[in-house]
Amino acid sequence: MKKFLLVSASLLVLATAAKAEDVKIGIEMGFTGPIETLTPPMAQAAELVIKEVNDSGLFLDGAKVTAVRADETCIDAGAATAAAERLITGDKVAGIIGPSCSGAATAVLTNVAVPNGIVLISPSATSPALSTLEDKGLFFRTAPSDAREGEVLAQIMRDRGIKSVAISYTNNDYGKGVASSVQTAFEKLGGKVTLSAPHEDGKGDYSAEVGSLASAGGDALVIAGYADQGGAGIVQTVLDTGAFSKFAFPNGMWGASLVKRFGTQLDGAFGNLPGTDSPGAAKLMEMTEKAGIAGSATFVPETYDATALMLLAMQAAKSSASADYKSKIMDVANAPGEKIYPGELAKALQILKDGGDIDYVGASAVELIEPGESAGAFREQEIEGGAVKTVKFH
Amino acid sequence: MDAANALVAFTNYVLLPGATYGAQLALGALGATLIYGIMRFSNFAHGDTMAFGTMATILVTWLLQSIGISFGPLPTALIALPVGIIATATFVLATDRLVYRHYRRNKVPSIILVMVSLGVMFVMNGVVRMIIGVDDRQFADGARFVFTAAQFKTWTGLAEPIALRVSQVISLIAAVVVVAWLYWFLEKTRTGKSMRAFSDNENLALLSGINPERVVAITWILAAALATIAGVLYGLDKSFRPFTYFQLLLPIFAAAVVGGLGNPLGAIAGGFVVAFSEVAVTYSFRKVATYLLPDDWQPDGLLQLLTTDYKVAVSFSVLVLVLLFKPSGLFKGKAA
Repeated sequence: MKKFLLVSASLLVLATAAKAEDVKIGIEMGFTGPIETLTPPMAQAAELVIKEVNDSGLFLDGAKVTAVRADETCIDAGAATAAAERLITGDKVAGIIGPSCSGAATAVLTNVAVPNGIVLISPSATSPALSTLEDKGLFFRTAPSDAREGEVLAQIMRDRGIKSVAISYTNNDYGKGVASSVQTAFEKLGGKVTLSAPHEDGKGDYSAEVGSLASAGGDALVIAGYADQGGAGIVQTVLDTGAFSKFAFPNGMWGASLVKRFGTQLDGAFGNLPGTDSPGAAKLMEMTEKAGIAGSATFVPETYDATALMLLAMQAAKSSASADYKSKIMDVANAPGEKIYPGELAKALQILKDGGDIDYVGASAVELIEPGESAGAFREQEIEGGAVKTVKFH
Repeated sequence: MDAANALVAFTNYVLLPGATYGAQLALGALGATLIYGIMRFSNFAHGDTMAFGTMATILVTWLLQSIGISFGPLPTALIALPVGIIATATFVLATDRLVYRHYRRNKVPSIILVMVSLGVMFVMNGVVRMIIGVDDRQFADGARFVFTAAQFKTWTGLAEPIALRVSQVISLIAAVVVVAWLYWFLEKTRTGKSMRAFSDNENLALLSGINPERVVAITWILAAALATIAGVLYGLDKSFRPFTYFQLLLPIFAAAVVGGLGNPLGAIAGGFVVAFSEVAVTYSFRKVATYLLPDDWQPDGLLQLLTTDYKVAVSFSVLVLVLLFKPSGLFKGKAA
């Protein structure tokens, strides 16, 4: 009887001790729905970080981190809200990596995260609307807002001495968003937008659109569309009529089909798309390969970074409470401090434990700007001799 | 010089594209209107017949290209065109045998035939996608330009360019040749006369010993040929994509109805009316005005009647206006 009491008492102590050290992280992503093919490697990347942190044994005086997955469905805001509520009230998570889609992220942020005061770090929600949402400093994202793409393009155009442009955009949220961010940023830099007009995808004839763009004129034509859709139709008609001799292409236009179809006719065309030359990306590739994860899949680097940032911020704050560590996220992500790449989390945890500073670079060269979102790394490209050439990185 | 620049800009952005697009629409509308004239129903599968014909031609073109046959500066697709027409004609004749003939024999009202053609449309849609896929296909080879914008500028020294494409020239010539031949065929040959007789009064034609199945078969062959030619020209000028061809159905029917359904001459006129109304009404005249007006009258705005968002609305407004004031179309069609 004495023995039994002793054993049960010690077990109880152990259990409570384990419970106190256990930090749970929610991984809420669209495991079903339109992006269900993207999310499995993303979640695995998050779990890779957790394993790395646990293996180091340095996290919050030896605490263990566990992951709890939840399905946000991407399109059903109600389901996303319910899943997040379960994570917070049921599983008592210390923070959530996700949601992965912009719509779900908006719903979870306003309905669950803000009322409960829980930090969300989304690796893949890119809607510009999330930048202006009232988030009480609880929402972060490691993917750049779509609007950044336009700002960077405007800067590239100014750097190349372009003074006026006409814009043709595909008539959807993406096209409109990029067109308006290019216009705002370009005008702020002193450039002139002569006309910003939409085009419909899948139409046969674009003479009318190109006619009015040509009449408006400009040093270059910005096409915020798709390489295998109306964007290509506009390019074809412009080349046929000789309306513009210079093109500026945002992300959507950099498809292999475009260069294959027009070849040297596009020489001199330039633009930007997400991309980085950071050594972190290659490092993560290596790590994911070893772990059997599809490392080249979209948003895998951003997910790795989101999870790492959350855990490093907890370490910096010496607490897993959202209210304590939310203000530390920007600190660990940005300079000053020792640069941290994937696979170096143990080193980072040690530095933070000793009260030092880190500048987390990660796999996606993450740099957080206000209000808590990635500035994004962009690759500036140019077409020369019918082939795509990288100019530099922004 | 300024007036010349204004004229050149107008030609490059309005006249040439409008004329080319108009010729392509006109050829498509001719096929649709012939079927309406003889069989009295709007063939919704016409856009996909164009896609099928173009697909067949593209496949033959690829075959020719792979064995090294080309047509000099002209696109190889022109050599492949006859084969494409034969394949399409065979396909639509088989469709007629399997589907339409049953309904024709039962003398169903024309609305049922329209619905039947809608079904045929979806089937053809699928067939084309299964064979060639849904992607954009480029099959134009040979020279693309008769002269380019840069060449024109060097020759004339004007600030504004005109570029003339081979496909534009082919489209315009083909439209004239095909229309002239069709006119001759319908007016002068015995078969053409029997078709017109059948179209004017079916019962009387039957009494005079005209074989209805033969008239119907010839109509299908002509429609298939016209659809294939229109589709190939369109594909050479722009590019081939099944979905785009499916969407062409709307402007084609607008053209046929504006001209007067069942009237071949009307289909031609309708094609050009629809094409020019789309291009000209939404054209921004600032460039032209800049050249024509004195310096202190220079416009600030775009001088655009409607933005290009409304170009489809323009062709349908024309359609509505024509139907309001001249219900049978600009040229007297068969529809009351």
